[in-house]
Amino acid sequence: MILRRTRAFVAAFALLATPALADVAIQDVTSPGGLKAWLVEDHGIPFTALEIRFVGGTSLDAPGKRGATYLMAGLIEEGAADMDSRAFAEARDALAASFRFDAGADTFSVSAKFLTENRDQAVALLAQALTEPRFDQDAVDRVREQVLTGLRSDEKDPGTLASRAFDALAFGDHPYATPGEGSIASVTALTRDDILAAWRGALARDRVVIGATGDITAAELAGLLDTLLGGLPATGTPLPPPAPWNLTPGVTVIDFPSPQSVIYFGHQGIRRDDPDFFAAFLLNEVMGGGRFSARLMREVREKRGLTYGIGTWLIPMDLAELYLGQFSASNDKTAEAIDVVRAEWARIARDGITEQELAETKTYMTGSYPLRFSGNGPIADILVGMQMDNLPIDYVATRNARVEAVTMEDVKRVAARLYRAEDLRFVVVGRPEGLAATP
Amino acid sequence: MRPIATLALLALTLARPAAAEDAVTTFRLENGLDVVVIEDHRAPVVVQQIWYRAGSADEPAGKSGIAHFLEHLMFKGTDRIPPNQFSAMVEAQGGDDNAFTSWDYTAYYQRISADRLEMVMEMEADRMRNLRMTEDDVTTERQVILEERNQRTDTDPGALLGEQMRAALYLNHRYGIPVIGWRHEMEGLTHDDALAWYRQYYAPNNATLVIAGDVDPARVQELADKHYGPIEPSEGIVPRIRPQEPPQLAGRRLVLADERVSNPYFFRIYMAPERDPGNQKDAAALLILAELLGGSGQTSVLSRALQFESQIAVYSSAFYDGTRIDDGSLSVYVVPAPGVSLADAEEATDAVLADFLETGPDLAAFERIKTQLRAAEIYARDDVQGLANMYGEELTVGLTVADIQGFADVLAAVTPEEVTDVARRVLRPETSVTGWLTLPEEATP
Repeated sequence: MILRRTRAFVAAFALLATPALADVAIQDVTSPGGLKAWLVEDHGIPFTALEIRFVGGTSLDAPGKRGATYLMAGLIEEGAADMDSRAFAEARDALAASFRFDAGADTFSVSAKFLTENRDQAVALLAQALTEPRFDQDAVDRVREQVLTGLRSDEKDPGTLASRAFDALAFGDHPYATPGEGSIASVTALTRDDILAAWRGALARDRVVIGATGDITAAELAGLLDTLLGGLPATGTPLPPPAPWNLTPGVTVIDFPSPQSVIYFGHQGIRRDDPDFFAAFLLNEVMGGGRFSARLMREVREKRGLTYGIGTWLIPMDLAELYLGQFSASNDKTAEAIDVVRAEWARIARDGITEQELAETKTYMTGSYPLRFSGNGPIADILVGMQMDNLPIDYVATRNARVEAVTMEDVKRVAARLYRAEDLRFVVVGRPEGLAATP
Repeated sequence: MRPIATLALLALTLARPAAAEDAVTTFRLENGLDVVVIEDHRAPVVVQQIWYRAGSADEPAGKSGIAHFLEHLMFKGTDRIPPNQFSAMVEAQGGDDNAFTSWDYTAYYQRISADRLEMVMEMEADRMRNLRMTEDDVTTERQVILEERNQRTDTDPGALLGEQMRAALYLNHRYGIPVIGWRHEMEGLTHDDALAWYRQYYAPNNATLVIAGDVDPARVQELADKHYGPIEPSEGIVPRIRPQEPPQLAGRRLVLADERVSNPYFFRIYMAPERDPGNQKDAAALLILAELLGGSGQTSVLSRALQFESQIAVYSSAFYDGTRIDDGSLSVYVVPAPGVSLADAEEATDAVLADFLETGPDLAAFERIKTQLRAAEIYARDDVQGLANMYGEELTVGLTVADIQGFADVLAAVTPEEVTDVARRVLRPETSVTGWLTLPEEATP
């Protein structure tokens, strides 16, 4: 009875074709000075979102200078040219522009929004931050103290402890093995010269990727790019080599006084340019993608009430590939939850997924793709992401077809390759009961 | 919210004000359901939100957490939606869904391709009345909310301090009780408690429906009539009149010592007026006051005095929470520099605030904030889900569409004198709570 009514309920919608994508017309723009960018024009709202990525990020830190790139990112907005920290902030706020700077493991990123009415002034100001930062000693000391505060906080944050332990086990002596924010010792020792060196090495024209969306034409963007980035050096610090992979299977327990344990788990993942990436991505959606209907949410949360949330992520970085999962559980339920994860890992490797899961996950992936294009900011972000992944400029139009092309055969083969229960390492921060650490 | 995120934190920020030119249409169904349609045709996507005028501050004594618990149970199914399939059905059509609970509301939403709007409207209307949950569902899901409390609160000394401070701030109002609930009361929540809550509050005449995105208002009205229209209104939906605060005559101080503290800090919450229908002047001045005091890491009054002119603090901020039915709050937060005691940080902060009350806002800073507020209207239009949240939340706490669309003008009209005036009325020790978060050995002031 229930089933029949349910079928009737969904029937009206089951036959719908993949929804239409937004008309995302991406232009390839080249500046007179040779800088390239992708642009989506949308003149509906009088502002522009600009996303700039410099490949390299905190992995470019020189030996012994861990944290230099991250601290530099925090200092870029702390004074430029003849403006000290306060004068720069006042100038930016008077234009109502927004500039954000961040340093991740693989990229130094700049996210800017500015109004059409004062675009030239905002761009000139941002250019000064990028090309003429001051790094005044008092600003270095002040922002350094903020970074150290964050690092002290990390030392008592179970989630951070778990992810750091995981990285340390996995990546040997590669920069990925340690936090990009640096350590308390390394950050304390950084000098203004180290910050200058990090800036010169990270922000260079040979590694820049740009996406823009909003109230700006291709010609206007082309002109702006040279103003913004023309003053940067042509080349920067060479990228480090690929990271080693040293993670061994087992369980690591880090004692932490808490009623609940935080658990990170995983093994090696898959490269973004691997021909099997789409099948792997689809499999991860079934296993632990950010959805309530994913297997782990059903098995660990809905059926057993062992956690508030559990997810898994394929993380293809530039120099290594991770397959990572995360959840929290009461100390007395952690061991049971880990057993469930291991069993699900083994089950999908052995049995793959059902026809229904394959069909539903395809509908989800194709249907949810347009939802990502929800504003100038998100679209600019997608434009840089596509370029970072070396995707073609028509990718948006072809992406859903690539999802549809994944076959059951692909999924079976890739499941056996991707899921290796025997390789899983669990890092548990808390006081789990009845869970033994392995060497 | 269910997996990760909110028991909504409601600080007003500069991203808030609504432009009068938002393409907004409103109507009311015969059964009392209020409907708001916000058009944004840039992408073929739609957001449906339903906001129930039922939050944790409406809970009966002894049942803290029931509003949020029911939120979780709303995903269990109906006669037509099989157990635990609500989200799966939305996801199978490429959508996302979730829900969140606060003191004044419980809200549910889906984001989905615009051509699937009717499906999610039908499903949301269905579970307004036809929820089915078993004893097993209740038992398992209670474990989930206890894990949620563990994850969000019990493992985080800062969250525990905040909870204790709100309990001390409100002498009589249920805003002092955590949305997630006190653990001992959560453990006792039953199937009958959840059902009673559901039957009392889940009704068309106790909700606001927001549909935002690539939609046509006439079509939305048609679909709303078709799917929500047949639901009978409930009798017994009464105005939300909660126990009010008595005069607060004595400031309160709390120290929470925990070995998991990494950076001790000082936190102060003042009672403050909320936004009221037709009267948002104080709230607008308070929003600007918070921005002046602690909105910018480089230029705010607190950061200038405590981080630039002296090295008392490594971080400072201030925020105003005024989108409430009853009293709101203004908060100040200072993390002392290493070697600076909490007592010294507090004394220095109080000196900065006293000086501000004497001299009032710096006029250039005041003008910059006005400029940013005007620009925030433009930037806010880029995020239709954000706009939907704003309308849903603000209507649910009793503001009108005119209040929401007029808030930008109210903000623009605020004078520096009004900011000083509201600061003098609000920044009073006797209507405040001061909290210190410390390591155990530093607990003695």
